[in-house]
Amino acid sequence: MSKTFTLDGKTIPFKDGQTIIQAALDAGYYIPHLCHHPEFKPHGSCKLCTVVVSGHQTASCTLQPAEGMVVESETEQLNAERRALTQMLFVEGNHFCPSCEKSGDCQLQATAYHLGMMTTHYDHFFPNRPLDASHDDYLLDLNRCILCSLCVRASRDVDGKNVFALAGRGAQTHLIVNARSGRLADTDFSATDKAAHVCPVGVILPKKRGFAVPIGERTFDKQPIDAYVDSRLARKES
Amino acid sequence: MAQEKLKIATVSLAGCFGCHMSFLDIDERLFELIEHVEFDRSPLTDIKEIGQCSIGLIEGGLCNAENVHVLRNFRRHCKVLVAVGACAINGGLPAQRNPIPLAAILEEVYHTNPGLHNGVIPNDPELPLPLNKVHPIHEVVTVDYFIPGCPPSADTIWEVLTALLAGRQPVLGHALLHYD
Amino acid sequence: MGSPDTACASYLDPILERYGYRSVNLLQILREAQESFGYIHPDAVDYLMLKLDIPRTKIEGVASFYSFLHLEPRGKYRVLFSDNITDRMLGSQALMERMCRNLWAEAGKITEDGLLSVDTTSCTGMCDQGPALLLNNIALTRLTEQRVDDICSLIRQQVPLHAWPTEFFQVTDNIHRKDLLLSEGFVPGAALEAALHRGAAGMLAELEASGLRGRGGAGFTTAVKWKSCRNAPGEQHYVVCNADEGEPGTFKDRVLLNSYADKVFEGMTLCGYVIGAKQGILYLRGEYRYLLDKLNAVLTRRRAQNLLGKNILGQPWFDFDITIHLGAGAYICGEESALLESLEGKRGTPRNRPPFPVTHGYLNQPTVVNNVETFAATCHIATAGGACYADIGTAKSTGTKIMSVSGDCARPGIYEYPFGVSVRQVLEDCGATHTQAVQVSGPSGVTVAAHEFDRQIGFEDLPTAGAFMVFDRNRDLFEVARNFVHFFAHESCGFCTPCRVGTSLLRNLMDKLHNGHGSPYDIKEIENLNQLLLSMSHCGLGHTACNPVLNTIVKFRPAYEARMLHQEFTPAFDLDWSLQAARQMTGRDDNLAHLSNTEPLP
Repeated sequence: MSKTFTLDGKTIPFKDGQTIIQAALDAGYYIPHLCHHPEFKPHGSCKLCTVVVSGHQTASCTLQPAEGMVVESETEQLNAERRALTQMLFVEGNHFCPSCEKSGDCQLQATAYHLGMMTTHYDHFFPNRPLDASHDDYLLDLNRCILCSLCVRASRDVDGKNVFALAGRGAQTHLIVNARSGRLADTDFSATDKAAHVCPVGVILPKKRGFAVPIGERTFDKQPIDAYVDSRLARKES
Repeated sequence: MAQEKLKIATVSLAGCFGCHMSFLDIDERLFELIEHVEFDRSPLTDIKEIGQCSIGLIEGGLCNAENVHVLRNFRRHCKVLVAVGACAINGGLPAQRNPIPLAAILEEVYHTNPGLHNGVIPNDPELPLPLNKVHPIHEVVTVDYFIPGCPPSADTIWEVLTALLAGRQPVLGHALLHYD
Repeated sequence: MGSPDTACASYLDPILERYGYRSVNLLQILREAQESFGYIHPDAVDYLMLKLDIPRTKIEGVASFYSFLHLEPRGKYRVLFSDNITDRMLGSQALMERMCRNLWAEAGKITEDGLLSVDTTSCTGMCDQGPALLLNNIALTRLTEQRVDDICSLIRQQVPLHAWPTEFFQVTDNIHRKDLLLSEGFVPGAALEAALHRGAAGMLAELEASGLRGRGGAGFTTAVKWKSCRNAPGEQHYVVCNADEGEPGTFKDRVLLNSYADKVFEGMTLCGYVIGAKQGILYLRGEYRYLLDKLNAVLTRRRAQNLLGKNILGQPWFDFDITIHLGAGAYICGEESALLESLEGKRGTPRNRPPFPVTHGYLNQPTVVNNVETFAATCHIATAGGACYADIGTAKSTGTKIMSVSGDCARPGIYEYPFGVSVRQVLEDCGATHTQAVQVSGPSGVTVAAHEFDRQIGFEDLPTAGAFMVFDRNRDLFEVARNFVHFFAHESCGFCTPCRVGTSLLRNLMDKLHNGHGSPYDIKEIENLNQLLLSMSHCGLGHTACNPVLNTIVKFRPAYEARMLHQEFTPAFDLDWSLQAARQMTGRDDNLAHLSNTEPLP
């Protein structure tokens, strides 16, 4: 008999080595998340997937469940705090959904919908971030980067390339690419890389393919994010 | 005795009037609305001065001194202030100038580029001075409700308005909550 | 990427050689590369990529994480004023302005001739002899207007640092009260001999009996840590001494390393003996770079004394040696898992835990990480026994604690007390009068108000890593808290959302109050952010970043009330200033060309 824990009262089976969020998603239960990806090593930075275990809050993407563990996720308090984190990500960067090609397919946006975010609430930072259009096939718009490091992990762990990395510290943390010039075109990045297809927001975007699917008919326009157990598989690059 | 109608005022600050157009898209529901409300200052009435109102709908963010004056005037006169659309909520399209210093923008438009105003930056006191950055309205006054969208759909606006008129909290489900 | 530049090879090869061409030593290699060249030149990055076989992203990612490493020129003379509240209380800000004025420099920027950059840095651990600064990462103390002027002329004349007056660089111990740890007469090797005599299990038993708890602040039981590490399977075991003394207001490790280094190294060696480690690493904060040669000399002597190296004290199975790893300006590396990442040549981001360092530490091997003072204490437990040690202090806080006293008092410096001493006693001993508050254990610790001065230093009541900053009745506790909040925003590693963004938002709100735009709305916002940092952050930095505000907002409410100049919400930014550029460009100054943050009445 497999081991189980409870998530908001529901019984969730798990295998040894699985994290809470992995077991929950496998069982069809959604916990909000941005830096977690089923194919990559846990990272634990966005903190959206924070749950309550024995009175303590902890990221469910890095904690492995124990038999009989009681986990709370859909509480008013947790969702309010998750919403605040989402608002922080929105004001930290420049997220102008109406002019973003990723709108409707964006996990940050869809998560904010899920959490009922009506306003960005905080004062905006309006940072000055660059846009790198040097590459023939792909565009980097760092205005939208949420520092989830999925592209870093994909490039390093799957593509074996190290095209991306995080640099700087604190509020100055930012994404860099592997070239002395700092330009994507001067790296060995390619459209077939895994790293080209994991960005949850609109940073790493294919060129020459704008608005192939009209606004209103995109992934999360059709169904809310919690309807996709693995939200990342929802949008396939054609 | 007929119930006294609630007053609503609307304005577009640094916006494109797209939210107002979307508001008009409630179509025949406008008739139902005006059973309950009366429009005060608004592009729909062409009334220039706002009186005491129950609800103020603000489209657009703040890009100049006049926007600030108008917004504050609305805040003073409206019991409930609602930010309508992306620009009012996060600055929207106009705020995409924010990373560029204002002086560089004015330089580029009036000095570097040929053909505009003889290369002189307009200085008529009638023209509102631009702010260094475009700001969402919640950075300058307290805002009671927010209707995201670019523009919010007519149904979304309708849901919020009817909720407010009925004295309940508006709820925007998946179909009505969009930022684009 | 082109052929290796011979210019690079000439200074990088010896460094690479010394560090065995191992990328795990990347931070040390980059630090030394910068010491040789002034900054990390792109050609050097190219060269290191080739020689270490690592991607450019790794080098740039690491170099940009640490405040003291530069990928761009920062001037021949790099001046960093220590910006702790105690430095400010001693007038550091005016001195920095004076230097900038004298040398036509702008804070935060490099001068046009490339000669100089002037900026601030987090507390450099010279609080009892400030204001202080770092010049090319070497500490200067006791700044006065005269000394700043002298420094300016030395810089103007481009006098090399080694030719500067030595008193500028003098760092004194300022020990005012000695107890067990600061007592004289320790004979190098005595503790090791005693431990060998007791045997590893016997030594552990004494450690257990002593009740010793970690001195870095968290207070984990040392015996449990050593035992778990000893029992953990691994190819190698490691001993790491955390001398990344970054908590503002703390400087006791600096004194222990300056004058009691034998005890520290011997404690590490004891630990190596107990857990079966062959290698120890001292992680020395970059601000204490000036101690490096002296400490290396102690290590060399200890090797000659057969207290380090092969066959220690003639035991054929006892090999243990210690190397020193220098930090490069990152408070977060005081967190033990971030410290381990840094030791491995990476960005100092705290790891996900579990697993803990005792089983998966340095290079994923079982590792004991202890504070400088903890290791020093183990020497006394080895020689005199655990019971003897447990007699000192209180039931749950055995032994002594070294306090770093600074701020408004007649005799700032080092005070060692048995645990259980009251705040009042320390204040009396250091000659503090009219004290309004004491910040115990630094910004991440507790603000103790006057009515609490009978509280006791110890894990039962006021746990502390040692900082004891005194504020008299003339100080503004709001400004103290604001300084601390700026510190956390500067030192957040940026890994997790709540801390990366939250500490900046908190800083902005405190600045908003400072700038006169505060209202009750902002207090509510501050309270909400505190809650979020506390519950959502990845590590202790985020959890404690709100402490200064949480404490002062309750205990020194009037200081906040005085900032709430408005009843109604007021914008954080200055509306009139926001029109300044447009006024300038248009030449307008009429009424409509101005705005006020407070709404004029209709």
